[in-house]
Amino acid sequence: MSILVNKKTKVICQGITGNNGTFHTEQAIAYGTQMVAGVTPGKGGTKHIGLPVFDTVAEAREATGADATVIYVPPPFAADAISEAIEAEIPLIVAITEGIPVMDMVKVKRALSGSKSRLIGPNCPGVLTPGECKIGIMPGNIFKKGSVGVVSRSGTLTYEAVFQTTKMGLGQTTAVGIGGDPVKGTEFIDILEMFLADPKTQSIIMIGEIGGTAEEEAAEFIRKSKVKKPMAGFIAGRTAPPGRRMGHAGAIISGGKGDAGSKVDAMKRAGIAVSDSPALLGETLMKKLKRK
Amino acid sequence: MNIHEYQAKEILRSFGVPTGKGSPAFNVDEAVKAAEGQPGPVWVVKAQIHAGGRGKGGGVKVVKSIADVRTEAQRMLGMTLVTHQTGPAGKQVNRLYIEEGTAIARELYLSLLVDRATSRIAFIVSTEGGMNIEEVAHKTPEKIATIHVDPATGLCPHHVRAMSKALKLDAAQTKQMSKLATGLYNGFIDKDMSLLEVNPLVITTDGNLVCLDAKMNFDGNALFRHPDVMALRDETEEDPKEIEASKHDLSYVALDGSIGCMVNGAGLAMATMDIIKLYGAEPANFLDIGGGATKERVTAAFKIITADPKVKGILINIFGGIAKCDVIAEGVIAAVRDVGLKVPLVVRLEGTNVDLGKKIIKESGLNVIPADDLNDAAKKIVKAVKEAA
Repeated sequence: MSILVNKKTKVICQGITGNNGTFHTEQAIAYGTQMVAGVTPGKGGTKHIGLPVFDTVAEAREATGADATVIYVPPPFAADAISEAIEAEIPLIVAITEGIPVMDMVKVKRALSGSKSRLIGPNCPGVLTPGECKIGIMPGNIFKKGSVGVVSRSGTLTYEAVFQTTKMGLGQTTAVGIGGDPVKGTEFIDILEMFLADPKTQSIIMIGEIGGTAEEEAAEFIRKSKVKKPMAGFIAGRTAPPGRRMGHAGAIISGGKGDAGSKVDAMKRAGIAVSDSPALLGETLMKKLKRK
Repeated sequence: MNIHEYQAKEILRSFGVPTGKGSPAFNVDEAVKAAEGQPGPVWVVKAQIHAGGRGKGGGVKVVKSIADVRTEAQRMLGMTLVTHQTGPAGKQVNRLYIEEGTAIARELYLSLLVDRATSRIAFIVSTEGGMNIEEVAHKTPEKIATIHVDPATGLCPHHVRAMSKALKLDAAQTKQMSKLATGLYNGFIDKDMSLLEVNPLVITTDGNLVCLDAKMNFDGNALFRHPDVMALRDETEEDPKEIEASKHDLSYVALDGSIGCMVNGAGLAMATMDIIKLYGAEPANFLDIGGGATKERVTAAFKIITADPKVKGILINIFGGIAKCDVIAEGVIAAVRDVGLKVPLVVRLEGTNVDLGKKIIKESGLNVIPADDLNDAAKKIVKAVKEAA
């Protein structure tokens, strides 16, 4: 099993005719993902890289029965694209776009509550279940079907965790990048809950970074959880100075909150083996598994 | 993006929010002229820098004559102001704000921000104005109230009542608070702010609410729709390397160490800084070249790193997803050919088109130290810098 996506998942792409949409849809198809259609307003009725293009998400869903959408729409129009997917009741919305104004996301987040959709991202690398479905921009070749669930706020650090667990021979059930923005669709806790409930996921890697308190909340959730699985983790930004934004809109230590120390402590209290080095995520998990 | 207090107050006034009355001044004569245009008998001379804590550093002075305005303006302009937010190097004062003196009965605190835990806009208010709010939060958390506003309803009368109660306002002041909070909320949303801090918000001796200071921070992702805000940018307040980086869509933060880093992805960039420290050295910068890095962007990034005299070694760490290793490799080689290479350079490539990228570096004949993984890369650069020293 896996979480969120599998070989049955039918995916449409919003912004399919753009550079990123085109390149990554081709990559997804090559990986074996069931890409079924694209959406670009004004280009409905045409074909692009072999897929039918629709003007609206609702039409695309109606025609294909898609249950997921991936969004590569540029930042000024991305919130609108997400809202359209919510309106069309697409169950899984994955927003890759980086740089969406936070005020737009505040409104989108409100629209999500009570809706039929789950949003992953924005500003995230997507979701990948090895050998079955790749939504987003993760490099498929570093994955291997296996037993580790990976959840991360950072794109490239997700790749590190995946790469290392592949080298160790463990492989992954699913990898989820939840994204680096302060207001996002899905938090660590949501994904951890799914991994804990997934019988194929035997261990979990969680990668956080400075800013906010989501890692502390996730650690508290793990500490209280009745279901236990071996977990390793890492927090990026131990050396980051307070008050300076480190690339991601969410990665900032401000108001005395969000530093790495508090997150590492909370994770350790929850029994998570926290690696000091981003290069030793796989080894740290391996040690944890052997001690079990 | 940050702006100056006088600019922030102009924005607040345009939303009907009462602020102290004043004018900016770029030289001593302008300062005197600004003071002469105000009734007196009390004036406040305020240094305009993008950092808080100005009062303690001598950047805010209350004076009682035009002559003293001149004296203080002469003293402040050109001085380097060091506060707890500027770092030890401090910031040079190039602009002043000359404001009418206000007779203060009480000092309050008010700020707005996007609360990530609730994904809503939050007002934070406290009766303990004029102080460092982080200290208040730490020592007396009960004196701070947080009021969340649902974006679907916007600011409602009950939000204002809750704030007024927390701030112990009387009925007349609550009425003023309604107008003030509405103006602040509308301004915050309309201008895509990420932080709006009024500290202090004062009650004057005649019972009126006035914003005596204002600190504004704008969401960089939303600046595209606010050319008026962009025009307020003061580049003299920013690191020239960071300005150059932003022209090339690079995310760069100058730090104090000796190892320059070029990485794709913010998380991996932070992690690369962390691992350098773990092996006993310090990073010279944070630099995320982003996912869609072109050859030109990589070249620009390399030039920014090598222009920093503190840099004694460079670590390039790329895990290609969107970014392609061959493009990175070509950019690095173009940059080295252009500006030369005077310090050790370690390159670690992984992910999309990795084999091609490695081949390009190898065949370039340049003196590049290849690394197998992140651990190997960090060890090699720290060792190379130590040996070169």
